[in-house]
Amino acid sequence: MTIATATAAQDVLPTVTRLIARKRLIAFAAPAAILAYFIYVFFAFDFMGIAERARMDNARILLSDFVSHKTHVSRDNRSGDIRIAIEGEAKGLYPEGMSPDWVTRAGDVTQIELKHGHSVTMTGRDRVSYTYPGYGTVDIALAGGGVDLTTPDGQVPDWINASGTRVSITTDGGRLSMTRARTEVFRYQWGWELFWFTLDSPFYGKSFGELAALSLSGERVDPERSNFANIVGSFWNNQMWRHGDVLWAIFETILMAFLGTMSAAIVALPLAFLAASNFSPFVAVRQVARRFFDFVRGVDGLIWTIILSRAFGPGPLTGALAIAITDTGSFGKMFSEALENVDDKQIEGLASTGAKPALRYRFGVIPQIMPVLLSQVLYYLESNTRSATVIGAITGGGIGLLLTQAITTQKDWEEVSYYIILILVMVMAMDSFSGWLRRKLIQG
Amino acid sequence: MSDATLHSPANLRQMQDSYMAMVRRKRMYGGLILVVFIALMASGFLVADDRNAGGFWNGITNIFQFPSEVVNEAAANAAALPGLMLNAVPSLIETLNIALAATLVGALVGGVFALLATRGLARWPGMIGLIRRVMDTLRAFPEIVVALILIFILGGGPVPAMIAIALHTAGALGKLFSEVAENADLKPVEGLQSVGATWIQRMILGVLPQVAPNWLSYALLRFEINIRASAILGFVGEGGIGHDLKLAMQWGHGRYDQVVAIFIVLFLTIVVVDQTSSHFRDKLVKGH
Repeated sequence: MTIATATAAQDVLPTVTRLIARKRLIAFAAPAAILAYFIYVFFAFDFMGIAERARMDNARILLSDFVSHKTHVSRDNRSGDIRIAIEGEAKGLYPEGMSPDWVTRAGDVTQIELKHGHSVTMTGRDRVSYTYPGYGTVDIALAGGGVDLTTPDGQVPDWINASGTRVSITTDGGRLSMTRARTEVFRYQWGWELFWFTLDSPFYGKSFGELAALSLSGERVDPERSNFANIVGSFWNNQMWRHGDVLWAIFETILMAFLGTMSAAIVALPLAFLAASNFSPFVAVRQVARRFFDFVRGVDGLIWTIILSRAFGPGPLTGALAIAITDTGSFGKMFSEALENVDDKQIEGLASTGAKPALRYRFGVIPQIMPVLLSQVLYYLESNTRSATVIGAITGGGIGLLLTQAITTQKDWEEVSYYIILILVMVMAMDSFSGWLRRKLIQG
Repeated sequence: MSDATLHSPANLRQMQDSYMAMVRRKRMYGGLILVVFIALMASGFLVADDRNAGGFWNGITNIFQFPSEVVNEAAANAAALPGLMLNAVPSLIETLNIALAATLVGALVGGVFALLATRGLARWPGMIGLIRRVMDTLRAFPEIVVALILIFILGGGPVPAMIAIALHTAGALGKLFSEVAENADLKPVEGLQSVGATWIQRMILGVLPQVAPNWLSYALLRFEINIRASAILGFVGEGGIGHDLKLAMQWGHGRYDQVVAIFIVLFLTIVVVDQTSSHFRDKLVKGH
């Protein structure tokens, strides 16, 4: 090492030491700051309170509803009428004379087989007995103004909740509750019942093979329509799951995203020329265009959605316009940045052949920014499919509306899980579709 | 083929003809795509208009009705606006906290995911595919789905929104981070490996310093997005300034000054955060 470089090294030494000291400080200060922030958030968000407020029983209901359904067998204690309905809904009511194979009726005695060998017997209008294997039979009867409970050993076990006017039994086998007015038995089963066909459909309970055979055979279940059309119609108009409405809602959501994204791109492209410094000679125009983009982006989709839904009412058009307005700002900003990075040589070349400005833009500029433009538009199309779900929940349109409605009732969790699966499929499909289109269009 | 035959007039004409044919075909395809696109847009708008509660042409006439109503009421009560804006600050802080905490958690989880899902860096190369699918799934969930379900289980408050946004952020940032990490130079990693550094040490000392500027820039961009998401989730679910806005909107007349105050506060916040973060992002990526 020569003396000159040695002194040079001496000169930079303090700078280097200072830089390293600073780096060392950052290396410890940044994690410490993040940790401190998390501690603050832990208290600000009241995490301790969450642990107390969390309803794990709700989580259990939700998870079991995602994958199973319950059938209600209920008796009106005044008339003695028995009603069997899936999820207790009118749409899932078993027609007269039809019952699941675990319910047997003989005269005024109804025998209900629950899971794990548990069973319930309803007799007449006022008596019920619940048989718990290994424990015995619990008798419940209407007496005087209330409900009377008789257990084999006179004690009330913890799976029975009894007061003078109401007895409820909750076990692994199912649930039973009895008040003066009603007696209800719930039996839980795997799967989404009535997903394909409701009970009133002639195709209920048929296997796929049977359906295929039916649709190919000449004999018509309904003389008016072919079997295949009947099967499809029966599925499409399923009252319980409303497949037709749900698929329409999905379509509406995609429509919102498509219309919104494309309109935004169409509006933003000419405005972007006004905002790009190499295309817009007037500073004032440029500033106005840029501030317009900033304003539109800053107001945010939420506020646009609220304002527009007041004017246009709920529906997909409102959502599409809200997406269009918000994204005009984002696209305008990105497109004008892309325009500023355009190579001038091609434009000059065209200008040298005497091309007019419109032709110069068409053949000199557009081909250069097309890849950037398309990939941004397609990326937004995919992300707007998700936004459209949220916007639908605010304006009231598409799958977002169905989802929030189903969640706020807090009981149709099987429908919620159906919608979630459809939303995920929709988003992933749009993701791969836009990726495919991007590769196709940009690489030629 | 010699030069003479290549440049013969007949050959040239043939070449020109086939070139023009190609150009025509390309123009025809372009025109066709354009026609299909216009047809899709037009029919799409017709369908959307048809299924909307109020039609487009009815709505466009009163598009300024609601804003002017709101603005008039706020203008009549202009003196109260600064006070109302101040009142909105605590819930604004909650919204910002949701966004910031979710971005931090999401970025930390996304960073780990990204390193585990990048070829050449992954701790367990066999799990790259699995982790990528996990990130895809996290990204595919709209935040609102997770938030509403968590509100049912955890009760109200900011935590469900934070978790929902954090999950989505982890997926989104994980993908972007991993694209950055793919371009990281492996020499420092190999050097550290040769002196016996563990995987965690290799990542922290060999990879993180290389990717930090780009990662931070993406995280800042995500923070901007998450503020908007957090405001929207407040409107649909619970917590933060979005919830205040919903309550004021539901009240309707008489609370429009509050609506305007919240609009202004939200707008200013978004603009300030956007400008600040784009300033820092420029600095990080361009290095000055």
